[in-house]
Amino acid sequence: MRTEPTAVRVVLAEDGVLLREGLAGLLARFGFDVAAAVDDAEALLAAVAEHRPDLVITDIRMPPDFSDEGLRAAVRLRRADPGLAVVALSQYVELSYAADLLDSGDGRRVGYLLKDRVVDVADFVAALRQVLDGGTVVDPKVIRQLIGRRRDPLAALSPREHEVLALIAEGHSNAAIARRLVVTDATVGKHVRSILAKLDLPQTDDTHRRVLAVLTYLRGRPPAPDPG
Amino acid sequence: MPNDPPPTLLAAMGSRGYLLTAWPWRAAGYLLSTMAVVVAAGLPLVLLGMPLLLAAASDAALGERALPAVLGLLLVAGLGPAVTIPLTGLERRRLRLVDVRPAGPGHRRPPERGVLPWFRTRYTEPVTWRALGYFLLLSAAVPVLYAAMLSALAFEFGAVAAPLILLGGDGPMVLGPLRLATPAEALPYAVAGLVLLPAVPYLLALVAAAQGALARTCLRNGPDGRLQAELVEVARSRARLVDAFEAERRRIERDLHDGAQQRLVSLTLKLGIARVDLPPGSPAADSVADAHAEAKLLMTELRELVHGIHPRVLTDRGLAAALGELADRSPLAVTVEADLPGRLPRQVESTAYFAAAEALTNAAKHSGADRAAVVARLSGGVLTVEVADEGAGGADPSRGTGLTGLADRVAVIDGRLLVSSPAGGPTLVRVELPCEPNRPPSG
Repeated sequence: MRTEPTAVRVVLAEDGVLLREGLAGLLARFGFDVAAAVDDAEALLAAVAEHRPDLVITDIRMPPDFSDEGLRAAVRLRRADPGLAVVALSQYVELSYAADLLDSGDGRRVGYLLKDRVVDVADFVAALRQVLDGGTVVDPKVIRQLIGRRRDPLAALSPREHEVLALIAEGHSNAAIARRLVVTDATVGKHVRSILAKLDLPQTDDTHRRVLAVLTYLRGRPPAPDPG
Repeated sequence: MPNDPPPTLLAAMGSRGYLLTAWPWRAAGYLLSTMAVVVAAGLPLVLLGMPLLLAAASDAALGERALPAVLGLLLVAGLGPAVTIPLTGLERRRLRLVDVRPAGPGHRRPPERGVLPWFRTRYTEPVTWRALGYFLLLSAAVPVLYAAMLSALAFEFGAVAAPLILLGGDGPMVLGPLRLATPAEALPYAVAGLVLLPAVPYLLALVAAAQGALARTCLRNGPDGRLQAELVEVARSRARLVDAFEAERRRIERDLHDGAQQRLVSLTLKLGIARVDLPPGSPAADSVADAHAEAKLLMTELRELVHGIHPRVLTDRGLAAALGELADRSPLAVTVEADLPGRLPRQVESTAYFAAAEALTNAAKHSGADRAAVVARLSGGVLTVEVADEGAGGADPSRGTGLTGLADRVAVIDGRLLVSSPAGGPTLVRVELPCEPNRPPSG
């Protein structure tokens, strides 16, 4: 665990000028310290090396060729420093990218959100804080698409368990899930144990198993072939 | 078609009352004008071929004759077309005397103006060389054939006229192998001549018809002629048009995405931040909250609209990813199996995508099925996309424009659209598109 400074230092990478400025303004408004706002992956790597931020927010597709430069940079940064919190922003749902990102490090302190999510200002900031606190946040829309794919190993889960797993994937704690589904904490705990058993996950510490459950979820779909 | 006028001399000869029609005269006109053509074509050709003719006629050693022979051949081949090309058009027009059917493709129009394109076209198209052969054959055969024909005619008319001539006392007269001294001697020949007289137009017509058939065969361009070239050009231009249309769609999508969509997100974000700063419950907070909600709705609508123009995911990540996304958007439970080696040509990708989208939309609307399967495969240079559902079937391409429009779109890139949808189901829509894999996307 790193010591949290008073203000969270952020490096922001986004090629769209309007969104970059909007995000910088939003972050400043909520007390984040925006150390650098850049517009391509190379500048992102350089800025991270220079400013040692606590949080990186990056667009997945950036110049020069708009494939997945931002994502690859994010994965590289996570390999070098698994403790670095990274939130990737995507124009549309790309499940394989989400899986790539969540695979980096130990699957904690990462977020995968759709760009449109930033306009729900309060939710977006809450998601950033969750990631900084060691959580895993995946956009509800991504989760919804995953639920639409009843595939092994997820096929074994009941609809209620799907719902709970979706909430876990969004980074919620058991207590928050219980509040949302209007059930007791004990019931949620039972669902979680059942999910972990059904997904055949190893017995390690609970948070980590939760992340693995999310990853299993995200791998419910074979990754799309790379653009060749 | 018994009442149609006969299109050719040959057909006219078989009809009753032939001798009373214009056909015999047309045949005669054709034969007479042929002589002029043979002089016009034959003389220059003979001059060009002179070294060859001399070599053939000389009694020198074979080695000494080879050079002039080759020279003559080269002259005829090289300069002969210059003689025959101007005459080909005339010959094709003259053919209408004995054959009014369309003569088929003639000389092609050179692709551009100028001397060089003209020469390239003329010296590479079949009709030029066929015509040269035709004129050479005509120059060689017509003098011999017409001489024989004229002697036969002279004998015929001579035989008919012989008694009258001999009555005038100008005997004896020589008629071919015959020597006739008195009218009585000539009478049987005259009778025979009179009996044979109606055969004369038929003889002339036969020669004219044979010659016309030869002209018709020789003076038309090959099957790879202009029509073929035009068809290919039409197909190409149609493909270019569709390509341009696709590129335009992508451009509109990009412009909207980079412009209006970005601005709208930025505006919505600003409204979102404003909401945070306004005291909750105040009128300002309420109206900003309303505006924020409106803007979010508009964002969604605009995204859907832009997606319909051209899905970004297709541009960015290709067909397999776009089909996956298509499945996610469908109200049906759709499984996707896309076994593709990477990016395909853009036109193929978007045609396949829109075909699958149309088929899935139809399945969701009309089939009553709750699941569908999309399978995309590339093998042997053909991309196959199949959309199957277990619904009620009975899809009819002739009703509604969706499938028909799809078929047109598929046809433009030489693909096929197959629909199998018996009443009671299942429905299978299959698109086959020829495609070279792993070519970097163009445009």
